[in-house]
Amino acid sequence: MASVALTNLDPASRAAARGWSDLTIRNLFIIPTLVFLIVFNIFPLIYSLGYSFTNFAANRSEPWQFVGLQNYRELLSDDHIWSNFVITAKYVIVSVAGQMVVGFGLALLLNRSFPMKGLITTLLLLPMMMSAAVVGLFWQLLYSPSWGPINYVFGLGDFAWLSNPDSALYAVAITDIWMWSPFVMLLSLAGLSAVPQHLYEAAAIDRAGWWYTFTRITLPLVSPILLIALIFRTMEAFKTFDIAYTMTTQPTAELIAIRLYKQAFQQWDTGKSCALAYIVLIMVLAITNLYVKYLNKVKER
Amino acid sequence: MRKIVTSVIAGIGLALACGTSVRAQDKELTIFWAEWDPANYLQELVNDYTAETGVKVTVQTTPWPDFQTKAFTEFNAHGDAYDMVVGDSQWLGAGSTQGHYVDLTDFFNQHKLNDVMAPATIKYYAEYPGGSGKYWAIPLEGDAIGWSYRKDWFEDPKEKEAFKAKYGYDLAVPTTYAQLRDIAEFFHRPDQKRYGVAIYTDNSYDAMAMGVESAIFSYGGDLGDYATYKVDGITNSKEAAAGLDMYKQLYKFTPPGWGKTFFVEDNQAITGGLAAMSMNFFAFFPPLVNKATNPYADVTGFFANPAGPDGKRFAALGGQGISVVSYSKSKDEAMKFLEWFIKDETQKKWAELGGYTCSQAVLKSDAFQNATPYNKAFYDTMFMVKDFWATPEYAEVLDQLNQNIYPFVVGGKGTAQEALDKTAADWKATFTKYNRYK
Repeated sequence: MASVALTNLDPASRAAARGWSDLTIRNLFIIPTLVFLIVFNIFPLIYSLGYSFTNFAANRSEPWQFVGLQNYRELLSDDHIWSNFVITAKYVIVSVAGQMVVGFGLALLLNRSFPMKGLITTLLLLPMMMSAAVVGLFWQLLYSPSWGPINYVFGLGDFAWLSNPDSALYAVAITDIWMWSPFVMLLSLAGLSAVPQHLYEAAAIDRAGWWYTFTRITLPLVSPILLIALIFRTMEAFKTFDIAYTMTTQPTAELIAIRLYKQAFQQWDTGKSCALAYIVLIMVLAITNLYVKYLNKVKER
Repeated sequence: MRKIVTSVIAGIGLALACGTSVRAQDKELTIFWAEWDPANYLQELVNDYTAETGVKVTVQTTPWPDFQTKAFTEFNAHGDAYDMVVGDSQWLGAGSTQGHYVDLTDFFNQHKLNDVMAPATIKYYAEYPGGSGKYWAIPLEGDAIGWSYRKDWFEDPKEKEAFKAKYGYDLAVPTTYAQLRDIAEFFHRPDQKRYGVAIYTDNSYDAMAMGVESAIFSYGGDLGDYATYKVDGITNSKEAAAGLDMYKQLYKFTPPGWGKTFFVEDNQAITGGLAAMSMNFFAFFPPLVNKATNPYADVTGFFANPAGPDGKRFAALGGQGISVVSYSKSKDEAMKFLEWFIKDETQKKWAELGGYTCSQAVLKSDAFQNATPYNKAFYDTMFMVKDFWATPEYAEVLDQLNQNIYPFVVGGKGTAQEALDKTAADWKATFTKYNRYK
């Protein structure tokens, strides 16, 4: 009888009837999250910040020493590191631009009715659901000059995509575009479906052309969500490791994440690698902030 | 009453007997190594030890690219997951100076291992610092760079005739790098999907460095003075540059896209009928004599690394020694295992299973040298090996070499001399940073 009476109440009253206040329920959700955040995010972040000012090496038993800004100074004056940043910047620009163009283009094609649209959309989403390391190995085979189909299809003969210092980075970027364009496509589709149909109807009545409709209606209304896709993909591209690491060992394709991995886990230069991680973090935050500022401006329009 | 007392005593006796038996079975040892055939052979070997002593020994493996990272992550955490590790020779510096390995000097001297094991294996797998008489590992798997080749291509009368006409000497197993280069050039026929040679080019660990140093050593060069850390004029000597330049020349005759290759690809160059000659560590040769894995097994031959222009002949050392991890809770048990491992009969069995024993007696025996088509070449090679830096900061030094030579060999950027000048400068800076010039 009591349980029947309880089920008739709204959730808050039901919890209250059981002796749980709103505060208790909120705490039940928030406290584990806070603990998780502090233990796995904030504590390591602060701890590694501390290490970045030391000469700590995780493979040595000797005590570490405080070295102040020395790690940061050495990193910022190291030509190799700057070269890694330049390579990463090139990669981010090519890869993200490619993903935005291909992803948005696919979304425009899919934003209309045609047979088997659901199946085709699902198939297009498959690449981003795969493991990046597997994708890297798979594309390594596709690029193979001996038996890979890419050279055969495009008649490129023995062109060695991944061994060539000039093409290795772009080969990796093309793989990243293949893998992550569906993500942009998905977000763009959500944005396109939210554009009010009456605007297109009004434009049609006014006999507006496709380009005019696209630049004056579609693009402005979808641009906030496109910018969100741009932020996500830029951050991710900046941190790319697995695809590039599995595909090539060309120094011209050594992204900053690979350099960071080598410094931390091959050379065990822990203090310096922490400093490098912070430099990367600051750069990503700076770029993201620029995007967010622009996004806010777009929303205000 | 008597029955009750008898039953209780019998029960206690049975419990103690069972307890003892359980305790004997509870003794376990874990050996950590990379994932490859020799690790399987070792597991097979140690099963005998389990049968003899009741101590279960597990050879735990991980893929080569993760081997170093995983081992050192465990060492750094002072973890006791592994009682022994079959670590790379370059790890000796870090393993010994950072307290990860147990000092085996007394064990070494007590068992007179200097007389038992091949000199090169003691020098490079066990002793650190060089010449100190301090030992940190027992040589376990000997290995070095060697070559496989297509006997049928080399012995084809038409090919022999054409080769003689072009180069003025007989086509045969190369004894010098110059001949190796000529033969690679001769068989390099991309239009027929035939290529001259397969060499190591991967620069994510030590593959390319091993291939390059084999050429550098044979050309009379060196990577530096390992005792004084002097690199200027040694690392970038004219001889070293000539060796590196030869390696670059060989790269021209590799199959297309040969820019990220290690042992798997170099074996595939033979099993796939791609190349006339292929470089690899001897430990990777077993699949090449197996008809199930190599359709050309019957026509695959092997030879030791050729000499340089002055007749000097060296090969990069591979292989590993076995060390006791200082954080192990079963160090005494591990020492007992090592005593069993160094016995002559164990070493003989190790070689029979396919492991590359470092025991001089077994290596010299006819039984060993005739056991496979490549054991003779292996024996010759083990007396002309040289290794990379084993200094604690070797990973940094290795990365610098990779960064400098890879663009030259694979990318065709700059010259051999420039690549080695840059390497010498980088290494000097690194050794200065670690106070090696005291």
